[in-house]
Amino acid sequence: MPLLEATNICMQFGGLRAVDNFNLEINEHELVGLIGPNGAGKTTVFNMLTGVYIPTEGDIKIDGSSVVGKKPYEIVRAGAARTFQNIRLFKDLTVLDNIKIAFHNELHYSTLEGLLRLPRYWADEKHATEACLAFLDIFDMADYADNLARNLPYGKQRKLEIARALATKPKILMLDEPAAGMNPQETKELMDTIQLIRKKFDIAILLIEHDMNLVMGICERIVVLDYGRIIAKGTPEETKNNPDVIRVYLGE
Amino acid sequence: MNRKMLKNYIINLIVVALIYAGIKVLISAGVINRYYEGIIIFIMINIILATSLNLATGFLGQLTLGHAGFMAAGAYVSAITAIALKNSGMPNLLILIISLIAAAIVSALVGIAIGIPALRLRGDYLAIITLGFGEMIRVIINNLRGLTGGAQGLTGIPRIATFDNVFWVTALVILVLYRLTHSRQGRAIVSIREDEIAAEAVGVKTTYFKVLGFAIAAGFAGVGGGLYAHYLAFLDPKIFGFMRSVEILVIVVLGGMGSLTGSIFAAIILTILPEALRSFSDYRMLLYSFALVLMMIFRPIGMFGTKEFSWQGIYDRYKMLRDAVKRREKA
Amino acid sequence: MVLFLQQLINGLSVGSIYALIALGYTMVYGIIKLINFAHGEIMMAGAYFAFLIAVSTNLPFVAVMLISMVLAAVLGVVIERVAYKPLRNAPRISLLITAIGMSLFLQNLALVIFRADPKIMPTLIAKHPINIGPIQVGTVTLTTLVLSIIFMVILDVFVKKTKPGKAMRAVSEDKDAALLMGINVDKTISLTFAIGSALGALGGVLYGITYTQVYPTMGILPGLKAFIAAVLGGIGLIPGAVLGGFAVGMVETISKAYLPTQWTDAIVFGILIVVLLIKPTGILGKNEKEKV
Repeated sequence: MPLLEATNICMQFGGLRAVDNFNLEINEHELVGLIGPNGAGKTTVFNMLTGVYIPTEGDIKIDGSSVVGKKPYEIVRAGAARTFQNIRLFKDLTVLDNIKIAFHNELHYSTLEGLLRLPRYWADEKHATEACLAFLDIFDMADYADNLARNLPYGKQRKLEIARALATKPKILMLDEPAAGMNPQETKELMDTIQLIRKKFDIAILLIEHDMNLVMGICERIVVLDYGRIIAKGTPEETKNNPDVIRVYLGE
Repeated sequence: MNRKMLKNYIINLIVVALIYAGIKVLISAGVINRYYEGIIIFIMINIILATSLNLATGFLGQLTLGHAGFMAAGAYVSAITAIALKNSGMPNLLILIISLIAAAIVSALVGIAIGIPALRLRGDYLAIITLGFGEMIRVIINNLRGLTGGAQGLTGIPRIATFDNVFWVTALVILVLYRLTHSRQGRAIVSIREDEIAAEAVGVKTTYFKVLGFAIAAGFAGVGGGLYAHYLAFLDPKIFGFMRSVEILVIVVLGGMGSLTGSIFAAIILTILPEALRSFSDYRMLLYSFALVLMMIFRPIGMFGTKEFSWQGIYDRYKMLRDAVKRREKA
Repeated sequence: MVLFLQQLINGLSVGSIYALIALGYTMVYGIIKLINFAHGEIMMAGAYFAFLIAVSTNLPFVAVMLISMVLAAVLGVVIERVAYKPLRNAPRISLLITAIGMSLFLQNLALVIFRADPKIMPTLIAKHPINIGPIQVGTVTLTTLVLSIIFMVILDVFVKKTKPGKAMRAVSEDKDAALLMGINVDKTISLTFAIGSALGALGGVLYGITYTQVYPTMGILPGLKAFIAAVLGGIGLIPGAVLGGFAVGMVETISKAYLPTQWTDAIVFGILIVVLLIKPTGILGKNEKEKV
């Protein structure tokens, strides 16, 4: 059974069909790239998969159960976490708190237990702080734990956003153009981070990019989208030589 | 609990006890007369109102212009409860506690009833709809003449709020709000202020926490209203108009959104300021409003921003300063 | 039926005053996203200007009205320059508090200068009833309605056809893009305040004449109603303000005629709440969702 399965999903905005009959299967531990020129509908697909939009037709299953119509936070609990094209951090909070918020569902004390500062509060909070620091350490960011997120350099902000998504313990991680706005050095670091995630976490990744070269290097499978339709699917080698893909990217 | 936190707790406990003892001594020595005592009580009521609004506006990030409505609901519920219990033979303190709990519960329920539809809106639209709801509460109270006395006002409320009980209720409200904001629920609330979409994307049940924060803020506003009713012993719906909501919001913004200690300091300043300007009679409110505009122009993020005042912070600054001076002396 | 028609005319007249004031709220909101709480006080100032000119000179009504509008426009621009401009990059709530502070300041300034007791507005428009069929309409009511409509048409033409009007629309659409197109944003914002304030003052003058009184807190209630009107119609939209103004005026007048007075406000606020819940951006507003 695939981890994530989208069957014939469509998105209609008024008279515009932004995504048409989109199909995707992602298996455990797979790294799939979703590419296409600007405006092809990649982010719309993402927003449907993560519950921001409800598809007008079709079905999405995570781990075999349908998530269509579920709220974004329910989809997170079902096991799919994401990042955003324009980084969305909790900017005026510390790096540690950013992670702790994503760790929210691992803490179980009630509002009253928290107000009375009962033992469960202290135990949960201590566990959370330790776990989140250890988590930051994996990404070499433990030193920044007390910095405000807004004060991090761009590349580190992106890294924090990815770490924060992973802190929700997802089965699949979805990255929306993580390399957007990065210089080559930062892009290189990002590639390392993605490799690190693959090594340390047992999860699948769906990666959106419009830069084809970046995706070719790391993805196992690629799906190419144009005008809301899938025009090609396959290994990087296959898609690179697909005439339709060449046409879309290089023009006639 | 680590040692630094324990130290902070103890320091704060001592400071609170010292303030209480100090004021008590000054009252019994006659330095603080009835008039000054009244001002101190109003300061504390404003602290409750401002810190609770800060939860909704500063921490949760939802601009609210109807806080006076919740205050009104609490004031009337508390007053009516106390009037009903007045001849029951219960001690005053018990009557006050029961009345305030009733006020908190009803106001929080009103907060939930308003919050569920209203919190779907954002920014200015939320501000406007809460303004509308706040005024509605006032108009309804005005028209429930049998129960509330309507525009003639409600009299016969037992005057059972004293410096002592108002002080400890205020301390309790601050403690609860501080602990709430420093818990997993508080972090979820702040994450909504920071970025609602991101909060939802990391698994925070945003609707639930928005309503939770809003309801707690409303509940405490009800407590503030209840104390107000039991100190004045008279209520009139006009007291709870839109301008009252604005006054509370001004305290929050001036103190710093997301800073409880900021709200406390601002409540002290903004309650004393109009009183201190009393000798200017007609020019009082003119000077007050002028000061308000000036403060906003020169310090738009409020006195404290989102930071909290702490003795540790003062000490750290002092140490930094001292070290800097030492280094300069060496050089 | 006659009573209803009578109330309808009265409602249109009150509504046109609300619409004039609502235009100022909506134009300012459209351009700098500020709920200008001081706008009700500009309206009050306009009424006082008219009062002062009328008692100290023999100028005809039209001259009194125009001079008051110009003075209020100057006042509006000064407030924007002194109190709002320094906060253009500050948190929006600080700007809101500043506007509230400005509103309190103007109210209390008027209180200090003119004292709290209402001043009687001189009879600027000769009062005699005009019969239209079975309905009787006052000259004041009729003048109010006609003048409001004239100025609304002028505003509409100005915004749509002239260069500064187009600049106003461009700035409210996208400030940065307007700047890049060579539009003087500061000047355009000032112009918006000037026009909004002048229209608000006209509302104040007509309000003062209708109720024959001028007093420092007279701006609060019509200001709030006009603001509700602007939100109802869709804040930031000029036709919305006009529509909302007339709607609020009608609802208010008609409910006053048939219901106990104290419920009037509840009905107005109730309608506001219902409209916001169904369509947060107002009757004419477009729904906008934050882009993810």
